[in-house]
Amino acid sequence: MKKTSKSLLTPRRQIIKGAAASLALGAVSMPLMGRYAQTQSAEPIKIGFQVHRTGIGAAYGRWYDRTTMAAVEKINNAGGINGRPVEIIAEDDGTDPKRGAEVVEKFATQHNADLAFGTLFSHVVYGSAPRAGELKIPYFVVSEGHHVASGALNRYTLQPGITDVKSQVQAMAPFVANNLGKKVTMVYPDFAFGHDHRDYFSAAIEAQGGQVIEKIAIPPTETSFTKYFPKIPRDTEVIYHVMVGPAVLTFVKEMGEFFGSSRPEIFGFIDSLEATDLSSPGLEFLEGTYFWEGNPRYAQANQSEYDKAYRAAVGVDANGASVSDSKDVSTYAHMFGCWETLHIVKAGMEASGYRGTGDRAKLIEAVESMSDMPHSDAHPQGAKRFNGKTHQVFGHQYITKVSNSKLDLVHTTSIEDTLYPDEVDYTKQSF
Amino acid sequence: MIEKTGMTDARKSLYFHLGLIGALFILQFILPAYHHGNLARIMVLACYAMGYNILFGYTGLLSLGHAMFFAAGMYGMGLPMVHLGWTPEPALISAIVVGVVVSAGIGFLALRTSGVSFMIVTLMFAQAGFLTILYFGEWTRGDEGFVIKQAERVMAGFDLSQPTNRYNAALILFSICLLLTIRLVHSRFGRVMIAIRENEERTHMLGYDVHFHKWMAVIMSGTMAALAGAAYALLFGYAGATFASVQYSIFPLLWVLLGGAGTALGPFIGTLFMFYLIDLSSSFTTAYMLIAGLALVLLTLFLPQGLVGEFRRKVVPWLS
Repeated sequence: MKKTSKSLLTPRRQIIKGAAASLALGAVSMPLMGRYAQTQSAEPIKIGFQVHRTGIGAAYGRWYDRTTMAAVEKINNAGGINGRPVEIIAEDDGTDPKRGAEVVEKFATQHNADLAFGTLFSHVVYGSAPRAGELKIPYFVVSEGHHVASGALNRYTLQPGITDVKSQVQAMAPFVANNLGKKVTMVYPDFAFGHDHRDYFSAAIEAQGGQVIEKIAIPPTETSFTKYFPKIPRDTEVIYHVMVGPAVLTFVKEMGEFFGSSRPEIFGFIDSLEATDLSSPGLEFLEGTYFWEGNPRYAQANQSEYDKAYRAAVGVDANGASVSDSKDVSTYAHMFGCWETLHIVKAGMEASGYRGTGDRAKLIEAVESMSDMPHSDAHPQGAKRFNGKTHQVFGHQYITKVSNSKLDLVHTTSIEDTLYPDEVDYTKQSF
Repeated sequence: MIEKTGMTDARKSLYFHLGLIGALFILQFILPAYHHGNLARIMVLACYAMGYNILFGYTGLLSLGHAMFFAAGMYGMGLPMVHLGWTPEPALISAIVVGVVVSAGIGFLALRTSGVSFMIVTLMFAQAGFLTILYFGEWTRGDEGFVIKQAERVMAGFDLSQPTNRYNAALILFSICLLLTIRLVHSRFGRVMIAIRENEERTHMLGYDVHFHKWMAVIMSGTMAALAGAAYALLFGYAGATFASVQYSIFPLLWVLLGGAGTALGPFIGTLFMFYLIDLSSSFTTAYMLIAGLALVLLTLFLPQGLVGEFRRKVVPWLS
């Protein structure tokens, strides 16, 4: 009892001594506390990776996955973002818009991810973006669709790592008109992606004094194309083709059989042949034809040191195939978008002092304020210009020619060639 | 005496399902955000499955083309909202009208066949519907689809993009579809449908207009599927051709088979089971459809009447 009362009635001197001791202890333990605080904030930055592991986008998904993991390894080896490591949480969306939306919900509400990232196929972007906007989770897509810049989506959806189809197609017209011919016949799949090509290219070639003299839309279920070739007018100077899916091999083979040795100039989008070996049987007819490439698959003579480092980090050889399997051809024209997007996320988080999900709006504002991005390790495909209002990036496009079953660079467009007037100002939308 | 027992069973079954609706209402206050969102979606898709169940489970007609009805409602809702600036209320009526018209038309033609031919004809019609959506890409944006903006998804003053409103809207729709199904099954009309399933010839011999009943079943089934499609577009803000593709015709068949064909609750349980089976298995393997397929094979082998069907057989024989 006595003891208790003694401890309750602590003399003032003892209190002062105690306080001094506490202060001293506090001073000594400050570094420890600092370290503790740092441990607390060294929680990983969680990035939800919406990946096409199954479904029609699986080949793209495999390479988007490899590029993403390589970019994260590079970022983490260099100290992470704001001193915190990056953790990728991958979920398969089955290349399906319903599952895509579910996956975004899972990132936002179950994994508590800082942001969602990585989607390629446009229908998955369209299906998922409304949910991202409602759940207020930044959604960085790597899709090349015109959906973001068209204003159809929302403030939380951005595409800072890959250019969109409108700018790509538009930038091809000057080269086609000046080097290949002015009378163009277009062959394209009869769905949204093909219609984008039809509309944007028709307008762009007319601006160059050219003309699309025939538009041949091919139903997506078609497996043989022989009946379409007679529709190509005789005075066609250039065939512009963009075919997606496994039928492209048949398409090229049958086009070769139709024209024989006398063919017009041929220009195509590499989307048709991403992840496909150019030396595949039936593709010999492509020799001497031209392709748009988002990023040249084959290491060029004037390859930049940035492309060299990026290629090595992802594990791609000089022919655009996996270093461990030369038959495993990459989706080189698109997958750089994952690498560049993650570096933009890093730059945006560092610029905004991002600490947690409460700072998501700050991250978006920081990305919106970005503009010119130099050709660098973070942007190995080339310099870029981001438009914060439309949430869309613009950059150089590459035109290559098939020579000895390889693609040699013949033209690089300027960024100005790819620009078009703004169609939306997302910065006016509230968070 | 039989009549009296029947009445009692019907009442018991009704209370059971009302209890379930009550439980779903309470769950919204308990569930974590992720599962809360999932359940809203599952309830909408369960309406699609319930529509399918009217035709397959109760009338015995196996359709492989229900995605066209789901899509009819989805586009019946989405297109006027996006292109004509309609508000959700008239757009919902438009979706129902489109659902009735499409199912009446397709039903009229497809019912000229039966059995395997009916399956093939519905499959072909659905494929034609899918290609039609792609063909009119100028308006539908084809495979890519289109977004219905958040600001436009406000119905009767409720912003349906908000989780609570969305959940309760889904619950109301689910309750209506569930109670309508139960009402239908216990009605004179519903009993004729079941009689057709059990023995079409005998039903015909007894003097019932089998063709008319089957046609009405297609219309009710198709319209309920269309209603679910409209609700999906409205609640989740997206309409796209994927929902008209073959796989979305197969899904309701799987959900109904898993849950129990010819049970009012089976479609919901099947949809719920399949969703979580895929959600959980996809977190550790990309071969999650293989797991789903294996589960289906095992269930068909060991629980041929589905989860609810077996539950009814063993525990509650009075369940609708």
